Amino acid sequence: MTANALLHIDNISKRFGGFVALDGIELQVMPGERLGLIGPNGSGKSTLVNCICGTLQNETGSVRFDGHKLDGLAAHQRTHRGVARSFQLPRPFHSMNLLDNLRVPLLYTVHARMGPLRSTGDLDARCLELLEMVGLAAKAKQMPRDLTQVEMRKLELARAVAAEPKLLIADEAMAGLSHSEIDDILKLLMRLNERGITVIMIEHIMSAVMSFSQRLAVLVSGKKVADGLPQDVVRDPEVVRAYLGQ
Amino acid sequence: MVMAFAHWVHVDYLYFASYTILQFIVLATAWNILGGYCGYVNFGSAAFFAMGAYSSVFMHKFYPLPIPLLIVIGAAVSGIAGLGMGYLTLRLRGSFFAIATLALAVVLQTLVVNWDFVGGSRGAYIIRPETLEFAGYEINYIEYLFFLMLSLAVLALITARTIERAQLGFGFATIRDDEMAAEASGVPTLRVKLIATTISGAFMGMAGAPFPYYIGYLQPSSAFGLEYAVNSIAMPMIGGTTSWIGPLVGAILLGSAQQYATVTISSAVNLLIVGLMLVGFVIIAPNGIVGLVQERLRAWRRP
Repeated sequence: MTANALLHIDNISKRFGGFVALDGIELQVMPGERLGLIGPNGSGKSTLVNCICGTLQNETGSVRFDGHKLDGLAAHQRTHRGVARSFQLPRPFHSMNLLDNLRVPLLYTVHARMGPLRSTGDLDARCLELLEMVGLAAKAKQMPRDLTQVEMRKLELARAVAAEPKLLIADEAMAGLSHSEIDDILKLLMRLNERGITVIMIEHIMSAVMSFSQRLAVLVSGKKVADGLPQDVVRDPEVVRAYLGQ
Repeated sequence: MVMAFAHWVHVDYLYFASYTILQFIVLATAWNILGGYCGYVNFGSAAFFAMGAYSSVFMHKFYPLPIPLLIVIGAAVSGIAGLGMGYLTLRLRGSFFAIATLALAVVLQTLVVNWDFVGGSRGAYIIRPETLEFAGYEINYIEYLFFLMLSLAVLALITARTIERAQLGFGFATIRDDEMAAEASGVPTLRVKLIATTISGAFMGMAGAPFPYYIGYLQPSSAFGLEYAVNSIAMPMIGGTTSWIGPLVGAILLGSAQQYATVTISSAVNLLIVGLMLVGFVIIAPNGIVGLVQERLRAWRRP
C-alpha cells in the first residue's frame, strides 16, 4: 500500500521553541482517497497542513508527494507539484474581482505547466468555468468584500482547484456555516473527489467528517493516535478520552 | 508641443521646469512599481536617484561618455542596488521595510560624503557644453537633456502599463494583497519581489544619471535630498497607486505646483506644498485622483 501512496509523510516533527507541535507523524494518503483529519484545538492539524504545503518546514522526517521529496521546497513549488490548500480563514486577493482571483493560480501554475492558456479568451473561459462549478459565476465581476461567508469559502476552494491539484487540503472549509451551507460545501468537495482529486478534510464538524471521509486520522498533542475506518476510529478509547476527557 | 513652444519663444526656463517634472514622472512611476503594485513602501528613493547621479559623476571623471550610455550605467548600478536591497530586506514588511530603505539612503550618503573621487562633501562640478552637434544640427544642451528625460518618462510609463496588464502585474498585486495566499496560488513571491525592487531601482537610477549635467554642480545633500524621497511617495499617493496613470497625474500636478511656487514664492515652500496636498488628498481621496474618478464613474453607471 505504501509504495503507491500519493502523499507519504514519514516521521515528521516540528517544534516552536520548547513546544512540540508535531511529534513523529506518519501518514499515507492513497490517490483518489478522501481522508478526514480531526483532533482537538492545538493538536497540530494546521501545523501538519503547513508542513505539507511548505508554509512551514518540518525539522525531521520527510514529506513525499507523487514520488518526489517535497522537503525544502517553497510553498509555490509545492503548488506547482500539485498540492493545493484552502485557508482556515479565507484569504482572497482583496483588490481583485473574483475572476482575477482565479486568474492568478491559472497564470502561475496551469499556464506555466503547459502553456496553452495564453490567450485571454481561454483564461477567461476557464475562470468562469471554475466560478460556475462553485456557483459564483453571477458574481464574477464583484469584489471579495461583497461575498458572504459561504461564498468566500467557495471562492477559496475554487482558487485552490484552479491550480489543478492532485491533492486538495480543505482546512476547516465549513467552520461557522449553517447546515445547508455545510451540505453545499460537502457536495462540492465530493464532486471534486469524483474528478480524481484526493482530498484531505480537516474539520471539527463531526457529521460532515463522518459522511465525507473514507478514512479518519486523529491527532492529539502533535501525535497521531488513531487511523482507520471512521466508525472504528470514533469508538477508539484513546480518541474518546482525548475528546471527552477521562 | 511644449518643446515647439519653448523653442519658439527661446525660453530655456520652460525646459528646465519641464525637465524637473519629467524627472519626477520617472521617479514616481518607478516608486509605484514597488510601492503601489507590490505594497512595499520605499523611503530610500533618493539613494537610488543619487546612485544614478553619482555613477555619472564617476564616469565623467573616469572616462566621459555620452549621456544615453550613462543612463544605461545608472540603471545597471541602481538596478543591482535594488536587487541587493531586495535580498537584504526580504523578511521585512510594512514599516520595517520602509525604515530599512531609509537606513540604506543614510549609509550611502555617508559613503559618498567620504568619497573624494566623486567630490566628497565639497561636491562635484560638471561643466556641460552649451550646445550639442547632432546629425549636422546644433541643438541647445538643455533641449537635449529635456528630450532624454522625456524619452525616459515615456519608457517608464510604457513599462509600468505593460507590467500592469501582464502576468507579472497580477503577481505584484497578489504580493500587495496577501503573500501567503500568493504562495499557495503558485506565485514565486521572492522572485517576483526581487524583480520589482530591481525594476524600480533601475528606473530611479535612470532618472538620476543625467542629473549632474542638468544641475552642473552635484553635492551629496542635493542628490540625496529629502524632496526626492518625499515626492516619489507623495506623487503616486496623490495620483493613485493602483494604475500607471496615478504617478503620471500626481507628478504633473505636484511637480507643476512646486515649479510655480519656486518661481512665485520661494523654493523652500516646495515641501510644505507636498505636505499640505498629501494631507488634503488622504482626507478627500484616499485612493488618489484615479481612485476618486473611478469611484465617481462607478456611481454614475450604477444609479
